[in-house]
Amino acid sequence: MTFFFEVLVTGLMVGIMYSLVALGFVLIFKASEVFNMAQGAMSLFAGLALVGFLDQYLQLPLWLALLCTVAVMTIWAYAIVFIVLKPLVARPPLMLFMATFGVAYLMEGIGQSIYGTQAKGLNLGIPDTPIVIGGIFMSTFDLFFTGVAAILVIGLVWFFQKTRTGRALRAVSDDHEAALSVGIPLLKAWTITWIVAGVVATVAGVAWGTRLGVQFSLTYIALKSLPVLIIGGLDSIPGAIIAGLIVGAGENLGEVFIGPYVGGGIQTFFPYLLALIVLYFRPYGLFGKEIIERV
Amino acid sequence: MKHEACGIRQAGTFNSILAIKNTGGEKIVMATEQAPLLKVNNIEVIYEHVILVLKGVSLDVYEGQIASLLGANGAGKSTTLKAISNLVKAERGEVTKGTVEFDGKRVDKLFAPQLVKMGVIQIMEGRHTFEHLTVEDDLLTGAYTRGRDKKGIQEALDRVYQYFPRLKERRNVKTGYISGGEMQMCAIGRGLMAKPRIMLLDEPSMGLAPLLVKEIFNIIKRLNEEEKVGMLLAEQNAAMALNYADYGYVMENGRVVLDGEAATLRGNADVREFYLGLTAVGKKSYRDVKHYHRRKRWLA
Repeated sequence: MTFFFEVLVTGLMVGIMYSLVALGFVLIFKASEVFNMAQGAMSLFAGLALVGFLDQYLQLPLWLALLCTVAVMTIWAYAIVFIVLKPLVARPPLMLFMATFGVAYLMEGIGQSIYGTQAKGLNLGIPDTPIVIGGIFMSTFDLFFTGVAAILVIGLVWFFQKTRTGRALRAVSDDHEAALSVGIPLLKAWTITWIVAGVVATVAGVAWGTRLGVQFSLTYIALKSLPVLIIGGLDSIPGAIIAGLIVGAGENLGEVFIGPYVGGGIQTFFPYLLALIVLYFRPYGLFGKEIIERV
Repeated sequence: MKHEACGIRQAGTFNSILAIKNTGGEKIVMATEQAPLLKVNNIEVIYEHVILVLKGVSLDVYEGQIASLLGANGAGKSTTLKAISNLVKAERGEVTKGTVEFDGKRVDKLFAPQLVKMGVIQIMEGRHTFEHLTVEDDLLTGAYTRGRDKKGIQEALDRVYQYFPRLKERRNVKTGYISGGEMQMCAIGRGLMAKPRIMLLDEPSMGLAPLLVKEIFNIIKRLNEEEKVGMLLAEQNAAMALNYADYGYVMENGRVVLDGEAATLRGNADVREFYLGLTAVGKKSYRDVKHYHRRKRWLA
């Protein structure tokens, strides 16, 4: 039984890491109905920038380096909104979607030409020693990021549900033109969203970067979070978290307990299988916005 | 038949006509020196750089007046309103000629949110509520430009609930699930949250049952009288609009073709025939219907 829980907890913690990436997608989708293909690239760039500030070009202390990284992501947010998205206001969402593809390639290219292509280690100084809680081995590392994710989610939910700006962002995501007609500046709303998404991408980039090293393959973690998005719903913050946990736990348990019967290796496709099942029954995800249709 | 105050206009020219306010049979001529609150001067609007929609529209709305914009589908009523509130930009349109002045200042180059802050609020056609927001949240978005004025916003909310008690009952329901009439109320109430000085109402009667239309129009009248909000009302329901408005503009094909005080327009033979469905004789016989001529055009 302890073994089962150990597998479960390890899975849940990996799931949280997926959730962090999925969160970035959700934020942008909520505000502009755009599926942001650049989310993975944003995480990569944030990771590269952090390493750059931390030891490649400058030797800043960690807190300052993190602050500078967030500043860089903020500059990106402004650039994306005012250079790429502004001319596309009132165009179909598909155009915005294609534009984010361009942004993704641009970010990867610029990132690699500044910081180089070799994989870099990222050390935050958190000891990666396993600790035992209730008889289960846990990595301090995973615990730390679980905590960070929890704080991030509580903060985001509070921001969207309780603040004036959050309410305005929700209004923008429902109806751009009506939001404009009540005096909500569209570009400002988008900029705020992209900045928040940049911060989330930074957290995701740091979390994955410390595990895998900061390298080009970080952009593919975005693909890993696709089933999370489908299960949780494209526009639900709690959905992204819970779906991340489901996927993480599901793939780990599946691999350990079902894997041996079918020859193993089901970890890679198990999340997609779950996503498919969810699509059959709730096409907008477990927590996604229901599509309100009037007849 | 009174024709004196109804001038047929040439496109682009601007006849200044005394604004006459009709208050319960008694006519009070407003001081001609009083500058209009909203002055639209010969504007032209082009969509997507090629589609010419408005070809020189001029109109005035005075403080506390209800002016109505009449015309068939596609006459340019909505575009006129959006040109004033500058929402045309969000639809890839542009005011290419002419000026819009509000309260003596030129506003045609401002962004929509700046206009909202000045008190020019458009209530869009087709009840654009935020369907995943609750009624109360939806109303509160209307106060976005008022910043953190908590007390003022709460007062405004209470006042909206006074005008629309039904919204108060449904304040925790998502606007996607309320009825069409309630959505229209929510849209108007949301506009009220922003401290409007003039409201641009686009087809408030669209798709509503006659009783509800009456209710909405009564509230528009009350808002005009009690909150001193000027109204520019685009309506296809000409009979209803002329009953409540002080002044009317008839649009056709992107131009204002006729204007006058509402009472005069109601008496105008052409307006009676083409927009109100009445003739001097009263009901028509079948023979008249058979020979009924093509709808009159002012612009050939």
